[in-house]
Amino acid sequence: DLPESSFETYKMDAPELTFETEKSTLLQMYKDMIIIRRMEMAADALYKSKKIRGFCHLSVGQEAIAVGIENAIDANDDVITSYRCHGFTHMRGASVKEVLGELMGKRCGVSYGKGGSMHMYAPGFYGGNGIVGAQVPLGAGLAFAHQYKNKPNCTFTLYGDGAANQGQVFESFNMAKLWNLPCIFACENNKYGMGTSASRSSAMTEYYKRGQYIPGLKVNGMDILAVYQASKFAKDWCVSGNGPLVLEYETYRYGGHSMSDPGTTYRTREEVQNMRSRNDPIAGLKAHLLEFGIATEDEVKSFDKAARKYVDEQVKEAEVSPPPEAKMDILFEDVYVPGSEIPVLRGRIRDDSWSFEKKGFAYK
Amino acid sequence: VTMTVRDALNSAMQEELDRDPDVFLMGEEVAQYNGAYKISRGLLDKFGPKRIVDTPITEMGFTGLCVGAALSGLKPICEFMTFNFAMQSIDQIINSAAKTYYMSGGKQPCNITFRGPNGAAAGVAAQHSQDYSAWYGSIPGLKVISPFSAEDHKGLMKAAIRDPNPVVFLENELLYGESFPISEEAASPDFVLPIGTAKIELEGTDVTVISHSRNLIFCLEAAQVVKEKYGVSVEVLNLRSIKPLDVPSIVESIKKTNHAITVEAGFPAFGVGSEICAQVMESEGFDYLDAPIERITGCEVPTPYAKELEDFAFPDTPTVVRGIEKVLSLGEFA
Repeated sequence: DLPESSFETYKMDAPELTFETEKSTLLQMYKDMIIIRRMEMAADALYKSKKIRGFCHLSVGQEAIAVGIENAIDANDDVITSYRCHGFTHMRGASVKEVLGELMGKRCGVSYGKGGSMHMYAPGFYGGNGIVGAQVPLGAGLAFAHQYKNKPNCTFTLYGDGAANQGQVFESFNMAKLWNLPCIFACENNKYGMGTSASRSSAMTEYYKRGQYIPGLKVNGMDILAVYQASKFAKDWCVSGNGPLVLEYETYRYGGHSMSDPGTTYRTREEVQNMRSRNDPIAGLKAHLLEFGIATEDEVKSFDKAARKYVDEQVKEAEVSPPPEAKMDILFEDVYVPGSEIPVLRGRIRDDSWSFEKKGFAYK
Repeated sequence: VTMTVRDALNSAMQEELDRDPDVFLMGEEVAQYNGAYKISRGLLDKFGPKRIVDTPITEMGFTGLCVGAALSGLKPICEFMTFNFAMQSIDQIINSAAKTYYMSGGKQPCNITFRGPNGAAAGVAAQHSQDYSAWYGSIPGLKVISPFSAEDHKGLMKAAIRDPNPVVFLENELLYGESFPISEEAASPDFVLPIGTAKIELEGTDVTVISHSRNLIFCLEAAQVVKEKYGVSVEVLNLRSIKPLDVPSIVESIKKTNHAITVEAGFPAFGVGSEICAQVMESEGFDYLDAPIERITGCEVPTPYAKELEDFAFPDTPTVVRGIEKVLSLGEFA
């Protein structure tokens, strides 16, 4: 049974608070969450030791969303999100080594070192998008494709509370409702868009109501059972032909917006501490596992140990993997689909230009 | 047999819609209204509302939606009522469509065609008169087409729809009603032109005039004028494709004529003509030039409304003639 406070609704009935699930599902969700947390903590350490460059946005505290959604959908459903994408990438099938390898700019990375932190892809996972809000119409397009192909599938289109004010989000709402697209607009409300609190950016912070003519559901995003139940409900809603749905997962990120943000200038340490100690999604599920007798304290400890061991091994493997070589054929691969390239791509000086026909320098 | 550019585009899309069920057309007024410029006339009746989709007036949204559908494996034709409106969605064209294949290490191709009228129309003032060739032409990951004749439009539109990469297909409203002779071969549904190959519209020996889209009309007229006036033999090169730019054909022609001018309706700075000059400078073509290349472009000014000023702001036949006279030291430049 979920607590009454798990859901708030807008123009719809709430999902059942009582539901049955397999013990194995709960165990899997626990294992997935601790792996994501370990992976993000490893990224944090690698960043601080200067092995990761550029932007890096971690999802520590928000693990229940990626894990809850993945366990509620199947491989033929689609997921797309913004730049806070590591957990989703792993849940959609990429190994920890592939994710961390990408962060370190290694050839073993999930995008072969071409994408970095914000651009990761997997089957049924369309990134990893760096322009705030731009992934939302893309997600509507993925849903359009399900409908076009008459497939019983849906798309989870994730965005943050910061992105929720982008105009193209509302353009997408409009088209999705107009065309009855199987699109779940899923707002991960972690209370802050960078350093701006929701109430300082949004004239109305009840994001689940902002679809206006689209029903909405607010979910306790720190309780993975609520996330799981709501996500299953949302998929069922969409594939039953009810059109789009706006979900708001109320969640919290423990760290800063990115690695350059200590995350303490716009919120208090007490607030962060409070969320960590009282609402942590991993601690919450652990309590359930013990309470329902699904696992003993020792078993949980062994899961934690196994997760740490797995992530540590994957970190090592990624660390010793080579970066992509600075060669023209590697630099210029995947600008165009092989066989349909434009004939010559220019290098830094003309003599370095690359010919796909010659598979060599164009003018030498 | 002749065909208008409008009919060439219509039949190209029709044939590709027939050929591949993953192809669909989406845009403002493309379905019930039959297209703002009637390019999609009759397609709704033939293919139904699933494949010919009217959108709300939300360019950024429907462009992103088309790109999402393409990432999922469909082959959208995304029509802009004009490319001026695509400024609303240029982020989706560049950041989402052009770059995703590379950023994903080749995991996420995006087979999409963006099309619509580009450049200045007549009497529609600054916000509706701009040539985006150079804008899109600078982006790795895109292909950019700017066709002239009915055959160009038909063969290249079909190539664009079939190309597995994102293609920006720049039309010109003032060409839609123009008729061109069309070969039997081009009338066939199997007719496809390769992207990236320039076409010699007129063979000549004294000067190469390089242009694209509607300005070729002025180039061909100017060729006639200088032929009658000076006996000059002009080679007119129709680029057809902006990206890739067919530099080998440009250089080949310059090797023959030793003189060149570029003619385009874009703004002068950082334009197609500028790029051609740079490419020639960097190639053996430079060694064959007997005079500097002259660029004929639109003026460096937001497009004015009044006809007298508008006409004054864009290339026309007399201006192309002056350009030819200049590089050949004829007339006032003698």
